[in-house]
Amino acid sequence: MLRIFRKNKNKPGAVQDVQLRPAEQSGLDPLEQRLEDTRRQLGKRLGALLTGRSSIDEDLLDEIETTLITSDIGVQAALEIVENLRAGISNRVITEPKQVLPAVQAELFELIEPCEQFLAVDEGKKPFVIFMVGVNGAGKTTTIGKLAQRFKEDGLSVMLAAGDTFRAAAVEQLKSWGERNDIPVVAQNTGADSAAVIFDALQSAKARNIDVLIADTAGRLHTQHNLMEELKKINRVMGRIDPEAPHETMLVVDAGTGQNAVNQAREFNQAVGLTGITITKLDGTARGGVLFGIAHELGIPIRFIGVGEAAKDLRPFDAGSFVNAILPID
Amino acid sequence: MFENLTERLSRTVQQLRGKGRLTEDGIRETLREVRIALLEADVALPVVQTFISAVREKALGQEILKSLTPGQAMVKLVHDELVKIMGVENEALDLKAQPPVAVLMAGLQGSGKTTTTAKLARRLIEQEKKRVMVVSCDIYRPAAIEQLKTLAGQVGAVFQPSTVSQKPADIAREAVAEARRQMCDVLLVDSAGRLHVDEEMMAEIREVHAAINPHETLFVVDAMTGQDAANTASAFNDALPLTGIVLTKTDGDARGGAALSVRHITGKPVKFLGSGEKTDALQPFHPERVASRILGMGDVLSLVEEVHRKVDHQEAEKLVKKIRRGRGFDLEDFKSQMEQMQNMGGLGSLVDKLPGMSNLPDQVKSQVDDRQTRQMIAIINSMTPHERRFPDVIRGSRKKRIAMGSGTQIQAVNRLLKQHSQMQRMMKKMGKGGMAKMMRKVGNLQGQLPPGKLPGGKMPF
Repeated sequence: MLRIFRKNKNKPGAVQDVQLRPAEQSGLDPLEQRLEDTRRQLGKRLGALLTGRSSIDEDLLDEIETTLITSDIGVQAALEIVENLRAGISNRVITEPKQVLPAVQAELFELIEPCEQFLAVDEGKKPFVIFMVGVNGAGKTTTIGKLAQRFKEDGLSVMLAAGDTFRAAAVEQLKSWGERNDIPVVAQNTGADSAAVIFDALQSAKARNIDVLIADTAGRLHTQHNLMEELKKINRVMGRIDPEAPHETMLVVDAGTGQNAVNQAREFNQAVGLTGITITKLDGTARGGVLFGIAHELGIPIRFIGVGEAAKDLRPFDAGSFVNAILPID
Repeated sequence: MFENLTERLSRTVQQLRGKGRLTEDGIRETLREVRIALLEADVALPVVQTFISAVREKALGQEILKSLTPGQAMVKLVHDELVKIMGVENEALDLKAQPPVAVLMAGLQGSGKTTTTAKLARRLIEQEKKRVMVVSCDIYRPAAIEQLKTLAGQVGAVFQPSTVSQKPADIAREAVAEARRQMCDVLLVDSAGRLHVDEEMMAEIREVHAAINPHETLFVVDAMTGQDAANTASAFNDALPLTGIVLTKTDGDARGGAALSVRHITGKPVKFLGSGEKTDALQPFHPERVASRILGMGDVLSLVEEVHRKVDHQEAEKLVKKIRRGRGFDLEDFKSQMEQMQNMGGLGSLVDKLPGMSNLPDQVKSQVDDRQTRQMIAIINSMTPHERRFPDVIRGSRKKRIAMGSGTQIQAVNRLLKQHSQMQRMMKKMGKGGMAKMMRKVGNLQGQLPPGKLPGGKMPF
C-alpha cells in the first residue's frame, strides 16, 4: 500500500509536491466545530513534537503511530507507514521534522484519493436505482432520508422502497422520512418479502417516471449466509425489470467500526458487488481510518460522509479533508 | 487475515530458542506480538498499553521461561490475565430493590439499545417470571417509539406509551409512577442513541437518570466497535453512573476487542451479549469465551453449547440406546446424523468455531462444503426402508436404481456404503463403552469442562 517513499527515493523532496486541499471550515456550524476540536487536539499533540526541534526523534514517530492506530487504520498499516517513514529518514528523503507529517499525509492521500468519486445520478436511467446495504445499526435508513432530501433539493423526483421488512417499525421510520419531505414510499407490512417490495417499487417508479429510487434493506451481519443470499435475490429480481438496476449498490459503514469493517465490505462486495460506500457518524471522535483498509483491498468509491443529524450533514467525501482529520497538521 | 496469537507467539519463541534461554528481550519480543494481536482485535490502544505492562510484570515474576513450551505458557498467561480483567464470573442483573426496579439503557446510535431492551424484557419475563414494563425516551429517531411498542407486544411486556412532544425525563418519571400503579417488577427505560460529544444530549440523559434514579444503568456497545470504544466508554462512564455493559452483535465475525476496552475503562462488568436478530438471542456474558475470541483461539465452549442446543436429544438418545442394545448403526441413523449436522449450519460453520481454523485459507474452507452431505442424504432418500435397515442387500441393480433415483453415480453410492460401514465399525466399538472414554478425553483436552457436561455420546461426528 505504500509506494510514495520508494518512488521518491531518487527524487528527494518530491513528497512535498502533493497538494492537499484544506479542510472544510465554516466556524459557525457546531458540528463542524466538533470535528475541528478532535482534529485540533490531535494536531496539537503532533505539533508539540515538531516545534523547536531540528532532528526527527522517536517520540514523533511514536506519536504518529499512536495517532494512526487510534484512527482504526489497522495496526499493520500503521506499523508499515512508520517503518517506511524510518526508511525515508535513513535514506535522507526526509531530513527535517516538518517534512514528516506532510509525507505521511501524502501517503494516506495517495491511497484514498482514487476512491473520491462523487455519486452522479445518470438522468438517462429512469429510475436511477440506489440499493442500500449494511450491518445492523450502521445508519442505512437515516442515510436514505438524507439522500432523498438531497436529491429532491437538486430537483429530482425521488421514491423510496421500504425493503427493511424485518426490524420492527423500520417501515414506519422510512415512511416518516418520506412524509417529512413529501416523497412517496412504497411499503408493505413488516414480515413481507423484501424483494417483492423493491420489485413493486421499481415497477411503480418506472410507471411514474421517477428519477431516483432508493431501496432500503434490513441490516444484516455479513456472516449470515441466508440473509446475504436474500440480498442476491433482491438484486436478481430488480434485474428482471431493469437489467442495469441497481445502478448504485451502497454499503453504509459506521465510523466507529473497527477492523471488522473490512470484512463487511469484502463480504457485501462479494454478494452484491458494491459500487459505493457511505461512512456515517463521523461527527463523534471516531475517525473512520478503516476506510484505508477498504480502499487498499477493494478500492470501492467512497461517496458520502455523515457528520450529523440534518440532511446537509451528509456530505460528499473529500479525500483531502478526510486525511487531514486522520492525521491533522496543526 | 488475522493470525492466531498462539501461532504468532510460538513463532517468536522459536526464533528465540537458539539463544539458550529466554531473556528479558525475549519477553519484550513476545509482548510486541501480543500487542499487535490485541490491536488487530480492536482493543483500544491505551487499554493495550496498560494490559501489556501488567502482563510484563507477571511474566518477569513467573517462571514462564523455564517452561518447555514458553509460547504456550505465555498465551496462557495472557489469556488468564484477559479473563481476570473481564471479570471472572458472570454478573447477573441486580434486581434486588423495591419494585419497580428501573433499568436505564444508554449508548450510541445504532448500538442496539431498543433490540436489547426487548431481549432483556423477554429474558426477565420468561426466565425470572417478572412483570416487565418498557418505555421509550427516544423522541428523535422517527418511529423509535413505534419500534419498541411492536417489540413489547412480541415479548409480552407492558408498553408505556410516550410521544415525541414530551420531555424524556418526564416520560421516564411518568413511567415509574405507571409501573408502580400497574405493579410491574421491572421498568426498562430505552433512550435515544447519542454521541458522547453531544453535550446537550448527554445532559439530557443525565436528567433522565436523575429523574428516576435507576437501579441499573446499562451501557450498550456494538461488538464491532474499534478504537473509539475507549472515548465513548469513558465519556458515558463520566456522564452516568453505569452499572453494567451489554455487548451487542456478537454473532458476527468481529473479534470483539471493544469488550475489553469498555470493561477496562469503565471498570463495570459486561452483563450480557446480544447474539442474533431474534428476541431470544441474549446470553449471559462469559469472560472466558470472549477472551479466547479476542485472542483468536476459537470458541470451543460456544461450539459445544451450540451442539448441545441444536442436536435433537431424543434422536441422539434413541441412537445411543440402540447401539448399546447391540443393534447396528443403520443408514437411517446415518442420515439423521447428517441432517443434524446440517441443522447446525453445516460443516463450514463448525469449522469456523474451532481453534486455529479461522486461519485456514478460503480455498481449503470451501472444500469443507456441505454439498457432499446433501448428496449423501439424497442417496439414502432413494433407498427403500428395507435397504436402509439392511444395507447388505444393496447389490448391483439396486445400486443402479438408487444412483438414478438420487441423480448420482454408482460410485457415489459405493462411497456412501463404504463410509457407512466404517462408521458402523466405529460405533460398535463405542457401544462397548468406548464413547464415554473418548468423550472424557475431549473433556480433559479443554481442561475446563467436567466431562459430564459434554453431550457425551450425542456428538454426531
